Amino acid sequence: MGWMNTVSIWVVPMLLFAVILHAAVKRVPAYDAFVEGGKDGFQMAVSLIPYLVGMLTAVSVFRASGAMDLLVQAIAPVLALAGVPAEIAPLAMIRPISGTGALGMMSSLLNEYGPDSFIGRLASTMQGSTDTTLYVITIYFGAAGVKHIGDALKVGLAADAAGVAASVFIVSMIFL
Amino acid sequence: MVHYIWMFLLGAGIITAMFNGRMEEVSEALFKGAEDAVTLCFGLVSIMVFWLGIMNVARNSGLLDQFTTWLRPAVVRLFPDIPPDHPAMGYILSNMTANLMGLGNAATPMGIKAVKEMKKLNDDRDEASRSMITFMALNTAGLTLIPTTVIAVRMNYGSSEPAEIVGAAILATGCSTACALVIDRFFHLRRTRKGKG
Repeated sequence: MGWMNTVSIWVVPMLLFAVILHAAVKRVPAYDAFVEGGKDGFQMAVSLIPYLVGMLTAVSVFRASGAMDLLVQAIAPVLALAGVPAEIAPLAMIRPISGTGALGMMSSLLNEYGPDSFIGRLASTMQGSTDTTLYVITIYFGAAGVKHIGDALKVGLAADAAGVAASVFIVSMIFL
Repeated sequence: MVHYIWMFLLGAGIITAMFNGRMEEVSEALFKGAEDAVTLCFGLVSIMVFWLGIMNVARNSGLLDQFTTWLRPAVVRLFPDIPPDHPAMGYILSNMTANLMGLGNAATPMGIKAVKEMKKLNDDRDEASRSMITFMALNTAGLTLIPTTVIAVRMNYGSSEPAEIVGAAILATGCSTACALVIDRFFHLRRTRKGKG
């Protein structure tokens, strides 16, 4: 699966090249636009601090107390049947519910097992490949005043389950 | 919901520590966790500034609009109930472009406007229409090309190749999106059958 690695490494620089090339052709003052947009990036990262402090302390306490091990041991036999490593299960459970919760859980996994381990890669792929279902449903439907959401939650959660399964399969194929 | 999870993680952690004598580790983890979170957020600054800067260049040069027009033919097919020139379609496309480019904050306002327009198409009823559920399925499947935050976190924890998961993430997000669309069609079919029966 060497080509997959090449794709991963090339995709960001190539996208960057396309953006710069397009800006050059359209004669847009690219550097000014870059700096202007970058200011929002700083704001975004800093505004995340209280959310992430809250979540990461909670996840750290849960892990350090041994409660995480109890949870993982309890669900391991079921997940072993499907070939899913149990360490990843808490992330899969929190992913559809809370975006920062999942970010905290993923960081804690990368810290514990290392970003280049199988668990680390799997956690990264899972975090990067689905969105927070509950957030999307409450924000979008709530703001638009839609009260009866029909099958939206069922479809969303089923898609999340599919995303987890796909991540496990793909990461096993590429990196094992 | 998030409140309960947060309280559960802390509460269950502290109670477990009471019984297996790991209070010292817990107390240490509290401060370590808080410190890690702040370090991580500052680690995010570099990637976020870079990425949002580049995306602003793409927006100013019209590349994002160009991208939206490429998406249009495929997206129009996914929403047969929405006339192709309706404002709802425009918002859906902007939302999808923002999501694909990893601009979550820009995607949300567009998504809300899209749902509002779809509600108008649905005679202002307060129940979800078929198009809304399809839209929701696409959004929760999280179709993204570059998971910028994940790359930043991997950098922060010293990965030798932070971007190596990009390919895997694109494949996985493609799978979950395809599944979301199939499941959405299945539920739609089931609803129309029930309606007739």
